[in-house]
Amino acid sequence: MSAFIQYTVQGLAAGGFYALAALGLAVIFGALGVVNFAHGACYMLGAVTAAVLLDVTGMNFWLALVVVPVLMFGFGVVIERFLVRWLLGLDILYNFLLTFGIALVLVDLVKRMYGVSGLPYQQPAGLEGQLHLGSATLPKYQVFVFIFALAVCVVVWLVLSRTRVGMIVRAATEDAERSRALGINVGRWVTPVFGFGIALAGLSGVLAAPFRAITADMGGNFIIILFAIVVIGGLGSILGAVVAGFIVGMVEAYGQAYLPAFSQVAIFLLMAVIILVRPAGLFGRADSV
Amino acid sequence: MGMKTRGAALAVCMVGAMVLAGCAGGAGGPQQKAGNISNDEVVIGVLNDQSGVYKDLSGPNSVVAVNMAIADYKAKYGDKAVAKKIEVVTADHQNKPDIANTKAQEMYERQNADIILDVPASSAALAVATVAKAQKKLFIDVGAGTTALTGVSCNKYTFHWAYDTQMLAKGAASLVKNGGQNWSIVYPDYAFGQDMQKSFTAAVKDAGGTVQQSIPTPFPNDNFATFITKAASSNPDVIGTMAAGGDLINFVKQFNQSGMRDQVKLAVGLMFITDIHSLGVDQFAGTSFTDAWYWNFDKTNRAWADRFTKKTDTRPSFAHAANYSAATQYLEAIQRAGTDASDAVIKELEGKKLNDVFLRNGQVRADHNVVHDTYLAKVKSKDQVKEPWDYEEITNTIPAKEAYGPVSTECKL
Repeated sequence: MSAFIQYTVQGLAAGGFYALAALGLAVIFGALGVVNFAHGACYMLGAVTAAVLLDVTGMNFWLALVVVPVLMFGFGVVIERFLVRWLLGLDILYNFLLTFGIALVLVDLVKRMYGVSGLPYQQPAGLEGQLHLGSATLPKYQVFVFIFALAVCVVVWLVLSRTRVGMIVRAATEDAERSRALGINVGRWVTPVFGFGIALAGLSGVLAAPFRAITADMGGNFIIILFAIVVIGGLGSILGAVVAGFIVGMVEAYGQAYLPAFSQVAIFLLMAVIILVRPAGLFGRADSV
Repeated sequence: MGMKTRGAALAVCMVGAMVLAGCAGGAGGPQQKAGNISNDEVVIGVLNDQSGVYKDLSGPNSVVAVNMAIADYKAKYGDKAVAKKIEVVTADHQNKPDIANTKAQEMYERQNADIILDVPASSAALAVATVAKAQKKLFIDVGAGTTALTGVSCNKYTFHWAYDTQMLAKGAASLVKNGGQNWSIVYPDYAFGQDMQKSFTAAVKDAGGTVQQSIPTPFPNDNFATFITKAASSNPDVIGTMAAGGDLINFVKQFNQSGMRDQVKLAVGLMFITDIHSLGVDQFAGTSFTDAWYWNFDKTNRAWADRFTKKTDTRPSFAHAANYSAATQYLEAIQRAGTDASDAVIKELEGKKLNDVFLRNGQVRADHNVVHDTYLAKVKSKDQVKEPWDYEEITNTIPAKEAYGPVSTECKL
């Protein structure tokens, strides 16, 4: 029993991280209708930037948690302004291909500049050691990631669903033409929302730095799991991404514990079942399929 | 404007003239008397990962090492060298067997390669071994770990130089005698990982230890948290991970965070010094693994490593040194044979006792596995590190005879 509780707690912790990482993907799809295949590469860029800043300027983890997302926001704005924007009116596949290409370029640039073996990163001060929660033991860092990720998810959800800004963004993205007719400058909102999504990817990258290998390829495997999450949750649904993030975290933990060889297969089996039963995903709208 | 155009045209003419002069010099220069050398030159192909996960531990720097071997050979024999003209050709196999197959054929057939070196990634290495056999040209594998190269898939033209999974297992299993009785093994569920799991289980049993559980993981994999908990659940003395590259770093970071580090010894199946460098010595401190060669082991190694570092700005991995050794011994064999004809060169290698900067008490066995002394290494703690890349403490030298598994019975050359 105590082992089961341990696995459950580990699943929840992993789920929080997945939820945050998938959130940006869901925000960008929900707002722009862009399937951002470069999300994994931006996650990687976040981690690499944190490691490089630590190495070059000595910037610690806590500062990187703020600085890197800001930098990534700027990067997202540039990408949207100069590339993504031009393909927004076209078939969804065009931007899918564009972002896929961007991912390839980013990964190879990082390989060229920093090699393939990965970059070192220290454990953030104050988060070493473990926390004992009843019969379960968790690394303090994982507990922190869980709480932090959950807080960010809640804030994003509140902003989008409860504030005026959120309402405008949702209106502008849901029905651009009618929103324009009502006097909303739709174009003004698209760029920052894309930048925000990329900033979230960068933020998950910084969070990943202390407990994942920081390599140019780190986003490659990750993006596949993220897509499984947003498909399970429903493309574009923020609540869906968060809930599915937790589900996938749990499935992975139980899979690792009880069916080790199938822990990753289990995630995609779940995805296949969801697509069969609810093609739009758990929280997706039927018309977004 | 007119001046500029004319200037540019002049420059083009000059470059053209220089190229022509170069060509003419090459063709009309002193003819080499090298009747026994095919196409009048020895062509060494280095086929490895130039852009992916194995780029840092082999990659372009393996080519540097091979070029060092050529320079040393020329310096040693001067005018008496049998191979007067030696060329190196390289290609990226991207760790994919199909690409390795095509590139190997291209090297042997079109680029007239007499030998192919390196080839990390077991599946790619096995593909190249098949091509070598068909082409009747030499292949010395350095980067791959599979025992099949000198076992079930062995052939007359293929040699295996630096290490294999049995040798890694035998070294690490010596931990059993130092209080590492009970093991949990965590391995990636694909050819290499399964091979490692088998070799380690056998080696631990042979040494008198017990493998309590073997846990397969997906490959690649980011999250090892629950695998680690599960591995520790049987209270082992040692947790052995067979993960490599990025997965190994994921594993070790999460292992350290889980606090297991203070309770259980960690043994790593396959580790290169580039892994320690990229994760930082602190995270690996105290970890044991089998090493085929270490740059700071003795004065000989260090002197060679210093030369290597001058060219690359980095310290050599054992794969780099092994490529140097393989190229050196190949050229020496040509020198003894007086020709680069494959069969004659093979005769000069088979059964030979070899010694160089990489091979200590080296011997080419009947199955073409090149065995040599290996080392049990322990990663230093941060305060023990005296200079960059000074990461390993060699705790035990394993004599060549005990370092490898027995000569394969499956191998029929």
